Amino acid sequence: MKTGAKTITVRYFAMFRESAGVSEEALTTDAATAADVFAATRDRHGSSEPLAHCKVAINDQMASWESEVSDGDTVLLFPPVAGG
Amino acid sequence: MAIRSCCFRRLPVVDVIKITAEPIDPAALRDTLFDDAAGAYCGFEGWVRNLNEGQRVLQLEYEVYEPLSISEGDKILAEAAARFPHLHAHCVHRTGLLEIGDCAVWVGVSSPHRDEAFQACRYIIDALKVRLPIWKKEYYANGDSGWVNCERCAQHGHAPASSDA
Repeated sequence: MKTGAKTITVRYFAMFRESAGVSEEALTTDAATAADVFAATRDRHGSSEPLAHCKVAINDQMASWESEVSDGDTVLLFPPVAGG
Repeated sequence: MAIRSCCFRRLPVVDVIKITAEPIDPAALRDTLFDDAAGAYCGFEGWVRNLNEGQRVLQLEYEVYEPLSISEGDKILAEAAARFPHLHAHCVHRTGLLEIGDCAVWVGVSSPHRDEAFQACRYIIDALKVRLPIWKKEYYANGDSGWVNCERCAQHGHAPASSDA
């Protein structure tokens, strides 16, 4: 696990963006995983959705919530999808 | 992208997914699937309907994160080609504001025989719905709006989706 402070970019979509009031922001965090980022930004996206209902991508690649985040990464937080 | 060679036309055949802000024209899209070797075509259209969870829906707005919708859509098309070998498969999904009756998504598959066309089409639409980063906001007659499938994170969210797609 990569630990220690890092600066990442967090991007919010749909409901998460509306809750956060911004589409993206820089975050300095000691989050080790994507799930940690989701938890660290809970007061921004405002979601109590189970992680299993949401999706995450890192640097435009679909990722898992256990994926590690590194300094400089862009983490995309996706609320439950509803295409079709 | 799922790329296969077509032995009849001797051209590379590329299955594609597109995201568009323009109206979908299923008849024109169907024509892109013609192939001398095709004995079957199966198409699916998802339409915007006027009622969801007892609420009158006036409009839908789709938000699409296009880079990952395209790359994930390409994976789905490749999976469908591997599982249900067919000749051509394309799909198109709308973004932006849609009215009742508009076509929100179209999937079309051509194949020598009908089984593969039905199965590939079903596989593609079912996978698109749950895997592409696309969100749908409904606008209701009572003035409310809500993100579909996001009922626990939205004050006015409703599920399930209001189009059948």
